[in-house]
Amino acid sequence: MRFVFKRSYDADINLFKHKPQAMWYLALLALVVALPWMLDEFFLGEATNVLIWAIAGMGLMLLVGHSGQASLGHAAFMAVGCYANVIMLERGVPFILSLPLSGVIAGFAGVIVALPVLRLHGIYLAIATLAVSVLTEDFIVIAEPWTGGVVGLVAPPIDVFGLEIDRYGTPTEFYFLCLIVTLVVLAGYRNLLRAPLGRAFVAMRDSEISAQAMGVNIRRTKATAFGLSCAATGLAGALLGHYAGAFNHETFNLVLSIQLLLMIVIGGLGSIHGAFFGAMVIGLLPQFIAISRDGISSAFGLGSVTIPGIESGVFALILISFILFEPLGIYGRWVKIRTYFELFPFYRKDMFKRQKSYLKTERMR
Amino acid sequence: MDLLQLFISGLANGCVYGLIALGFVLIYKATEAVNFAQGDFMMFGAFVTIWLTNSEHLGINFWIAVPIAVIIMGTLGYLLDMVVLRRMFGQPQIAVVILTIALGFILRFAAGAIWAHEPQSLETPFAGKEVRLGSLVLGLEEVAVILVTVLLTLALYLFFNRAKLGIAMQAASQNQLAAYYMGIPVKRIQSLVWALGGMVAAIAGVLFASKGAIDPSTGLLGIKAFAAAVIGGFGSLPGALIGGIIIGLVEPFAAYGLPAGYSQIAPYAIMLLVLIFRPAGLFAQMQKKKV
Repeated sequence: MRFVFKRSYDADINLFKHKPQAMWYLALLALVVALPWMLDEFFLGEATNVLIWAIAGMGLMLLVGHSGQASLGHAAFMAVGCYANVIMLERGVPFILSLPLSGVIAGFAGVIVALPVLRLHGIYLAIATLAVSVLTEDFIVIAEPWTGGVVGLVAPPIDVFGLEIDRYGTPTEFYFLCLIVTLVVLAGYRNLLRAPLGRAFVAMRDSEISAQAMGVNIRRTKATAFGLSCAATGLAGALLGHYAGAFNHETFNLVLSIQLLLMIVIGGLGSIHGAFFGAMVIGLLPQFIAISRDGISSAFGLGSVTIPGIESGVFALILISFILFEPLGIYGRWVKIRTYFELFPFYRKDMFKRQKSYLKTERMR
Repeated sequence: MDLLQLFISGLANGCVYGLIALGFVLIYKATEAVNFAQGDFMMFGAFVTIWLTNSEHLGINFWIAVPIAVIIMGTLGYLLDMVVLRRMFGQPQIAVVILTIALGFILRFAAGAIWAHEPQSLETPFAGKEVRLGSLVLGLEEVAVILVTVLLTLALYLFFNRAKLGIAMQAASQNQLAAYYMGIPVKRIQSLVWALGGMVAAIAGVLFASKGAIDPSTGLLGIKAFAAAVIGGFGSLPGALIGGIIIGLVEPFAAYGLPAGYSQIAPYAIMLLVLIFRPAGLFAQMQKKKV
């Protein structure tokens, strides 16, 4: 058991709680930097995929996990980021400018969408964002001169100060590009949570009325949360465009929105770790299923058995078991295990029990 | 006459949307949970009926197969609530939403694994028959869809406002704790509502499959029904039907009057507008809380 003595008020918002924790994160950083030399090209591509999912996950986590606003439409903002990036690249804007700009544009799109729907809560907000997601898909088809319509666009190769970055040609460089973006977003996110704005988000999530009483401008804070969240998601979208190579309106369909939300729920709502855990599950699950299916069919000599749609089936099963048995997600489970060992003989089963509440409605008929 | 024909077919389509929306509203009204899997319920109900009645499968008479399918879907709804959703009792709403999304995925997967992904259509006794009203030619299945929907909505409306069980369902959602004190078995009531939702979905599925082909991804139609429920005001049964009809009518007329590509936007655009300007829907069930 470790006791951390706080000697100043700043200790409450330090980046790391204590030195060993900082060491562990440093070790993790060293591992991800060394990854290209440890994996072959295929698995490096999968690792890149996980990083992209993690960026998008962080974006959505900020909104759902820390600000308490449900969104079923984040694929729309991925699309905005992706198309903005490629359209700018095609018009000759250098990548070093177009990537951040695509994030900014997606962020503004988020604010524009957020302003009218801000009055809505919970389910209604989820429905409104879902409508936005569906509408975006159709808008991409309509705005054909810009977006290529049904045919879609092809992401041009990236050129950063003469360094050629390509998903297939130079996977290591692409991996590092994604890693850098991930780290920048991560640093921004982590610091945001230490700043007054991040605290306002959390206060708003826990109780809008109390937050308002403490002087938080709910409307502005919500719009900011939407904007920042969509900006991060837009960056992920821009990278996803380069990762996929070619994309069209179907790349950013409703299923992607739903997957994003499910991802952070599996990972664990309300923690940055959760976004990464969820990204690992959702990014690696298809490959895992494919590999284990090949393993099973070769072990029993079944030939190649393919059940269409098995991925979403397995995914849904995992999700249901998480919601039923571990509502706090993978990160929640990890915290429980860690607490068990930290407090060794004193851990009790009910320490993380969620308070249940009885429902009441405002409907009168 | 062209427009009238368009109107009738839109009306029939809208009734199916309305029926799915009815399922949403039923479950929302009584449990405060939004069942995102309602569209998949409908798809599953349709496939169960196809499996029972089509000649290449079991080949049971249509009029016997439909009640069996309704009972099967009702049982499925009851069991789903008893085994899965009851564990979520007292948890935040959004968790239930995510759970039903996952259930929808599983239903779609199950239907695809059992009945394959090819579109299939239901063999009904009224397929291909026509009703003539003056110069107007109506498909019998369209007339059947409209009639069944209106009757079902009326029956459910009366059930919720007059029958003891229906009132108990409303009470269970308005204030769970108070309902407990009044001796209402809230959990069993919720399971019953899910059973009811399953039954309505089965009927919607039968009607949908009698109008055209159905495949496992048809469940995504649920989103349109969602729009219907929102337009009508979540929690209002007649509102759901009217919302469905609005969506059903807007679609063909938007396709008729607007350039291609814009027409499928119309339902969602209307939903978004309703959400922004009248969040409680056309038939508001919500009242400002007085403090």
